[in-house]
Amino acid sequence: MGNVRRNTALMQLMYGIKDGIPIALGYLSVSFSFGIIAVEGGLTWYQATMISVFNTTSAGQVAGLSIMLLHGPLIEMAVTQFVINLRYSLMAISLSQNVNKGVKPIYRFLFGAMITDEVFAVAVSKAYKVGRGYLLGLQGTAFLGWSLGTFLGAILGGVLPASVTSALGLAIYGMFIAIFVPRSRDDRRVAIVVVVAIILSCIFKYVPYVNRISSGFAVIISAVLAALFGTFLLPGNENKEAA
Amino acid sequence: MDFKTFMIYLVVMAGVTYLIRVVPFVLFRNELKNERVKMFFNYVPYAVLAAMTIPSIFSATQSIISAAIGTGVAIILGLCRRSLLTVALFSCIAVFVTEYVMNYMGLL
Repeated sequence: MGNVRRNTALMQLMYGIKDGIPIALGYLSVSFSFGIIAVEGGLTWYQATMISVFNTTSAGQVAGLSIMLLHGPLIEMAVTQFVINLRYSLMAISLSQNVNKGVKPIYRFLFGAMITDEVFAVAVSKAYKVGRGYLLGLQGTAFLGWSLGTFLGAILGGVLPASVTSALGLAIYGMFIAIFVPRSRDDRRVAIVVVVAIILSCIFKYVPYVNRISSGFAVIISAVLAALFGTFLLPGNENKEAA
Repeated sequence: MDFKTFMIYLVVMAGVTYLIRVVPFVLFRNELKNERVKMFFNYVPYAVLAAMTIPSIFSATQSIISAAIGTGVAIILGLCRRSLLTVALFSCIAVFVTEYVMNYMGLL
């Protein structure tokens, strides 16, 4: 009996790692570009790496980095992280329905910290309730890809020619596009919300007086107004499967 | 950046990010009921990503032209539902090739 249970746990771990590898590879290239941006902005390689180790969130880190580099107020940092990462709360609630009893509260303090968009998408799509072994494999692999990529980008950014670092600067935005464009294609209302958010963020960037607001707040205000627009002014209940 | 300033920012940044994920994961067992709240949360991630990407993406490379071409490639591949890795990689390659050509023509 003991053996069977051990084997099952080991297999779960292997399944988790297998599902985590494509996520880790995707993260590697993106966090590599984060490492480059962070060091170019004035952080050391270990500061850049620490940000990835302790946050593991692409959009939040990019926004947080710019606030940090501009020495913005701490309240702006807190509010920005809160709003940008608020989606993780919803994912956490949703994921908590799809984990088995082995994931006791004590483990949730660990696994909860590594809920990302991609990890969430994979873990909730499983037909069975996932356990500790699976989550450890899935999240651990994704975490390694994210942290290692940042470390490599931070160290190699200065070694690579300008043409390469310039091109890699687009990677993280390319990943963002790869998340919101397909979703906009599936749901016209998401597309409208996306367009509204873009128009607002361009206004905050280019229109005189309004553009004095910091970039972090500009993103939050644009996103919240666009999401409120979608919630209250667009017809609802077109797609129930949305998380 | 000096270590102390960095650590203060990091603690606030990581602390908020950690709590926002872990508190609901530990406490919540039941699904959200309110349709409007669910809808709002459904839109938030995409609105955030879109606002962060545009217009910032146009100043992410050495030239607005290469950035615009990279953005175009990313959008086309995104519409074709390619993976995150594919989209990120090919948009970078598009920037690299564009800048190589521009450099060759003396435009960069």
